[in-house]
Amino acid sequence: MTATADTAAAPAAKPAARRRRGGTGWWVSWLQVAPLAVILTVFLVLPIAAIVTVSFWDYDSVRIIPDFVLTNYEELFGSTVTWRIYLNTLKYVALTWTLTLLIGFTVAWFLAFHVRSVTWQMVLFLVCTIPFWTSNIIRMISWIPFLGRNGLLNSSLLSMGVIDAPLEFLLFSDFSVVLAYVHLYTLFMVVPIFNTMMRIDRSLVEAARDAGANGFQILTSVILPLTKPGIAIGSIFVVTQVMGDFITVRLMSGGQSASVGLMMANEISLLQYPAAAANAVILLLVVLLMVAAMLRVVDIRKEL
Amino acid sequence: MEQERADSSVELVKVSKLYGAVRAVDSIDLRIPSGSYCCLLGPSGCGKTSTLRMIAGHETISDGDLMIGGTVVNDVPPAKRGTAMMFQSYALFPHLDCTDNVAFSLKMRGVGREERRAKAQAMLETVHMGAYAARMPAQLSGGQQQRVALARALITHPAVLLLDEPLSALDPFLRDRMREELRRLQREIGITFIHVTHSQSEAMALADLIVVMSDGRIEQADSPREVFNRPRTAFVARFIGGHNVVERHEAGPFAVRADRVQLASAAAPAKSMTPDSMTMEGVVRSMEYHGAAVHLRLELPAADDFAVVLDETRFYAAPVNVGDRVLAAWKTADVHRLAG
Repeated sequence: MTATADTAAAPAAKPAARRRRGGTGWWVSWLQVAPLAVILTVFLVLPIAAIVTVSFWDYDSVRIIPDFVLTNYEELFGSTVTWRIYLNTLKYVALTWTLTLLIGFTVAWFLAFHVRSVTWQMVLFLVCTIPFWTSNIIRMISWIPFLGRNGLLNSSLLSMGVIDAPLEFLLFSDFSVVLAYVHLYTLFMVVPIFNTMMRIDRSLVEAARDAGANGFQILTSVILPLTKPGIAIGSIFVVTQVMGDFITVRLMSGGQSASVGLMMANEISLLQYPAAAANAVILLLVVLLMVAAMLRVVDIRKEL
Repeated sequence: MEQERADSSVELVKVSKLYGAVRAVDSIDLRIPSGSYCCLLGPSGCGKTSTLRMIAGHETISDGDLMIGGTVVNDVPPAKRGTAMMFQSYALFPHLDCTDNVAFSLKMRGVGREERRAKAQAMLETVHMGAYAARMPAQLSGGQQQRVALARALITHPAVLLLDEPLSALDPFLRDRMREELRRLQREIGITFIHVTHSQSEAMALADLIVVMSDGRIEQADSPREVFNRPRTAFVARFIGGHNVVERHEAGPFAVRADRVQLASAAAPAKSMTPDSMTMEGVVRSMEYHGAAVHLRLELPAADDFAVVLDETRFYAAPVNVGDRVLAAWKTADVHRLAG
């Protein structure tokens, strides 16, 4: 075909193409986004809309009353209990985050840089995940006979003569709550950090050593900065999990401590749905702010 | 740090590298004079990179001794050997800008921020990257990354610069320019360069000393002219190119340069063939016109592959065609005996 024939045919072909797109094709792209749109609407937008709506409703001891009142929020912000519970939850988050980060980073670093063979890496990685084949609750409850007043640990220490009286702080305390959190969520730190570390070009470590960096300098100047995205992803997992948790606090503190989640669970059991909804809205905002803050610090786009 | 090292020679004495039972490097002896440009040349898996990494200190030496500047450095960590390595993929730190990449080793030594950044800037100027000091490695082209890597390696004023296939990731045009620049830089700073490559033309163009390696052994270590004109073994003759290796001959294996061979029709031997010529009869398998020269391949009973490079005018004075029976002739003085 010659060039002149091509240019002559082009203007004629263009309107035809436009007609085709405008005529029969317009709904195709709508159809393509529909499944995701439907799922997000039904499972994300509608529930949140419902919670936001209910948070403005009124209630008494036996029923909830459709209305538009701000009393739920006023009571929430006006009560010192709320502030104390939020502070307590943030304390759990801070402790759990620090410990899971330290342990998770160390485990991932060991797996990624010190286990040489890929087979052993996979084996040890699987070993890390095996506890997750049982449910959260069972893993938590199994601490109780170990840590209790007459539990395994106390009786062993007593019989060895290390202590004279059973250690009381072991169970139903902040210690046991944080211990359970660390136990439950460290893997959520290990996995993303390990993934990021595996993508670090090994020649960078050699280049650092060639430039005279010692092991600690390699860790802080090369590996740590390059692992930040993995740390951010793991932190988001851990922080959001602990912020919303209520069952761990209930079981491991023996009812002596509270978290935001537990506060909501109590309100729901008292049928104070609007109060719980207001609480949920505030918690959602707080968590979103925390995640946004983390994403401001670290760019995780490359990891997704 | 700034001191000039009088002696930057590198010597390997019976050095071996074992990976399990595999001998990657098999008891090699090599002396690289101070201030020379040495190319380790060979096909992949010949042990050249293992040798370089042992000199750098990134690979332990299984057996033997390594001396740099006359001192045994077998157990000295990389940064204390006076070597610096430029990695094949450049290995620039992706989270640091060019200045911080170059200043990295100074930072590790505890040099203050202002001082090390000033020195890094100066080093970037010498590799013509001063204008890119604030860029991140991902924002640079391959050639620019390489210059930064070079600056990073040179900032410690090493006695020996080790280059692991530095030009292989560049496009051909850039490769030639960087090649010239490497050679110029080496002359200017006068330290020993050890450069690993699988390209014989690269080695020929750059090296004072070419070390041809195969199967963990050194086949030949000589100047480029010596290697080209007097290949020691059939492997070297084949690898360096431009040679025909005639294996099945009563005089033993020998090499003859492809551009020293003349052709004549088998039916009518040319008068120019003097009594001191050696001749072999064969069939023309292929013919390629390369402009200045014509490249032919012959099928001979004595050699698996026989190339003839003829001057263009000489070829067309008496052209031959594919399938013709021809007589290949060369002077006995051009016959080069091969060991083994």
